[in-house]
Amino acid sequence: MHIVICIKQVPDSAQIRVHPVTNTIMRQGVPTIINPYDLFALEEALRLRDAHGGEVTVLTMGPPMAEDALRKALTYGADRAVLLTDRCFAGSDTLATSFALSRAIVRIGETFGAPDIVFAGKQTIDGDTAQVGPGIAKRLGLLQFTYVAKIGSIDVDAREITVKRRSEGGTQMLKSRLPCLVTMLEGTNEIRRGSLDDAMRAARGQIVKWSAAEAGIEDLNKCGLRGSPTVVKRVFAPTTRAEKATQIDMTDKTQHDLADELIAAIFTRQPALEHELAFDGGQ
Amino acid sequence: MSNANREAPPSAGRAGIKRELPEHFRDYRHVWVFIELERGEVHPVSFELLGEGRKLADKLGMQLAGIVLGPPGEATQHAIAEAFAYGADLVYLVEAPLLADYRNEPFTKAMTDLVNTHKPEILLLGATTLGRDLAGSVATTLLTGLTADCTELDVVDGSLAATRPTFGGSLLCTIYTLNYRPQMATVRPRVMAMPPRTDKPVGRVIRHKLSMTEEEIITKVLGFNLDRQSAKANLAYADIVVAGGLGLGSAENLQLVKNLARAIGAEYGCSRPLVQKGWMPADRQVGQTGKTIRPKLYIAAGISGAIQHRVGVEGADLIVAINTDPNAPIFDFAHLGIVTDAIRFLPALTEAFTRRLSPHSHDKLAS
Ligand SMILES: Cc1cc2nc3c(=O)[nH]c(=O)nc-3n(C[C@H](O)[C@H](O)[C@H](O)COP(=O)(O)OP(=O)(O)OC[C@H]3O[C@@H](n4cnc5c(N)ncnc54)[C@H](O)[C@@H]3O)c2cc1C
Ligand SMILES: Cc1cc2nc3c(=O)[nH]c(=O)nc-3n(C[C@H](O)[C@H](O)[C@H](O)COP(=O)(O)OP(=O)(O)OC[C@H]3O[C@@H](n4cnc5c(N)ncnc54)[C@H](O)[C@@H]3O)c2cc1C
Repeated sequence: MHIVICIKQVPDSAQIRVHPVTNTIMRQGVPTIINPYDLFALEEALRLRDAHGGEVTVLTMGPPMAEDALRKALTYGADRAVLLTDRCFAGSDTLATSFALSRAIVRIGETFGAPDIVFAGKQTIDGDTAQVGPGIAKRLGLLQFTYVAKIGSIDVDAREITVKRRSEGGTQMLKSRLPCLVTMLEGTNEIRRGSLDDAMRAARGQIVKWSAAEAGIEDLNKCGLRGSPTVVKRVFAPTTRAEKATQIDMTDKTQHDLADELIAAIFTRQPALEHELAFDGGQ
Repeated sequence: MSNANREAPPSAGRAGIKRELPEHFRDYRHVWVFIELERGEVHPVSFELLGEGRKLADKLGMQLAGIVLGPPGEATQHAIAEAFAYGADLVYLVEAPLLADYRNEPFTKAMTDLVNTHKPEILLLGATTLGRDLAGSVATTLLTGLTADCTELDVVDGSLAATRPTFGGSLLCTIYTLNYRPQMATVRPRVMAMPPRTDKPVGRVIRHKLSMTEEEIITKVLGFNLDRQSAKANLAYADIVVAGGLGLGSAENLQLVKNLARAIGAEYGCSRPLVQKGWMPADRQVGQTGKTIRPKLYIAAGISGAIQHRVGVEGADLIVAINTDPNAPIFDFAHLGIVTDAIRFLPALTEAFTRRLSPHSHDKLAS
């Protein structure tokens, strides 16, 4: 079976700094990583390949340096990597991103065989919209399963799949058909440590690089800024609350005094709470 | 309406702020809120969105509609009544047995057909697992813009100004969908305040038929496992939340948080590192990548108050922080602070609350 998994290279956001005056993101020197949520999808793809045979193709759209993310994915054991890179994709919102990625997936299908499953992460840690997965599914006319906690079974010949999907108050068990798009929930598995073989292959291996034209994208009006219905007009720092916390004075007090004082302060500020607590709390 | 003429002329890009709404979008009117009905229950985020939708509709001089998709029966009727009670002027209803469980195919079909027929200016959905699944499909089908996880919605120059946090909450950005309709946005539960509920008679309900049969739907529901009650942390909607952070030092010390929570009938939560360490399950995490909470009282013990934590708790009426470091950032947004060792203080606080709240403590209350 052929599995395509979409990954995004993102700044390691723990280290993102915002310029205090200009409010711009200081990207320089910020290390990049594979979007952490995508690793759960990648691992799931690799497991399915190991169980059912076939190939895993990783796909990313991004600047040339996104190649690093693809090489990393190869070290985990992906079979092939495709980098979709072109100036015309700059400024894509999720609609334009899903357009470009879906065309690349069509081209991957024509070149390497039609995918049975397309995987994506639940969301990214930078754009954080969770919209690209559903976008790709809709563009390709694939059945869509988001927030999948577990792939129950796959019958490649019968073209059947069952999944457990997180919903608000529980888990849905669904039965459906291949091909489909799955976004994996976090914590569902743990990315493997790639083998030495994979590491060597990744270092040497060729990465397929496609421009828009090479991916078969002709309508540039659907790409990048021009293909993006959303417009970012303003970026600004949140206004912070001016006053700081009122500190409970600590001098010469036991923990018990402090506790009583804090409770008094709470009820002074929220008088209704005391009444509610007296009835609901304290069991 | 075919999608062909939805391919509107390209927008002028992010720099092009000028609004030139193509002719075929000019008759898009009114504000719609998706009333999320799943397994017989309306998700409260729908009411929060009706509250926001009301303000937008009033500013635009338009009507506010609730969109109810569900199976025939009591639950759907209830959802309709609640939509009116929380401020809708009218309800669009698609009622069909095959909408009993959420599935992407029929819900996307129902929603996109409704939009193409009745042409809303703005469409809001909750950023829940259901809402995000549906919103992404609907926006792509309609080829329009969708702004995720907004924390503020407004009307500026007649357009929806949707503000959302970026880069972990350290910045905000305002996003517009100028040249496409509807303008779509999702909002996470509890980010917006719950509007007041007023009993109102059910108003105008406009029915729309679902042009899809069960045979056409490939995905079948085999079953549904309800979450175990204990796992079903109802953090987002709790009136009081007590949370612990790394400052508590060990998984065992979290018992101190749970004890206090039990004594005052609160839910308990935690900062993200505790989930990463496996000290707490993921559904207890508070913050940007966890739950947004809006309790009347939030007590944070041993939590530094990082921006990603802060954005999830700022809606609380009263924030109390317990931290050994007088310079901890949490004191910048807490209302009451106490610089002390939480491991010693939490038991004292639990005991003091218990004493104060016990039925025989009225002398104490009066004092
Ligand atoms: C701060 C900020 C806010 C934004 N807000 C919005 C918004 O509200 N609406 C909007 O339409 N756009 C928005 N964008 C633009 C959006 O981030 C980009 O379109 C981005 O290319 C994809 O969206 P995402 O990061 O949210 O991905 P998500 O939809 O969260 O990603 C889900 C999955 O899709 C796959 N995927 C996503 N991007 C790629 C890629 N480039 N290559 C391969 N696979 C990928 C991955 O598997 C990923 O896990 C925003 C961007 C930023 C920086
Ligand atoms: C993309 C992204 C998303 C994130 N999402 C979230 C999120 O949703 N929620 C979240 O919480 N975090 C989130 N984080 C992590 C966040 O940046 C912080 O790292 C985290 O909130 C810190 O947790 P903490 O306050 O428990 O730990 P620390 O920052 O280590 O703080 C511990 C605090 O305890 C105090 N302390 C130590 N000993 C004691 C004692 N005995 N008594 C009292 N106080 C004591 C210390 O002074 C310190 O202030 C996210 C990060 C990223 C990069």
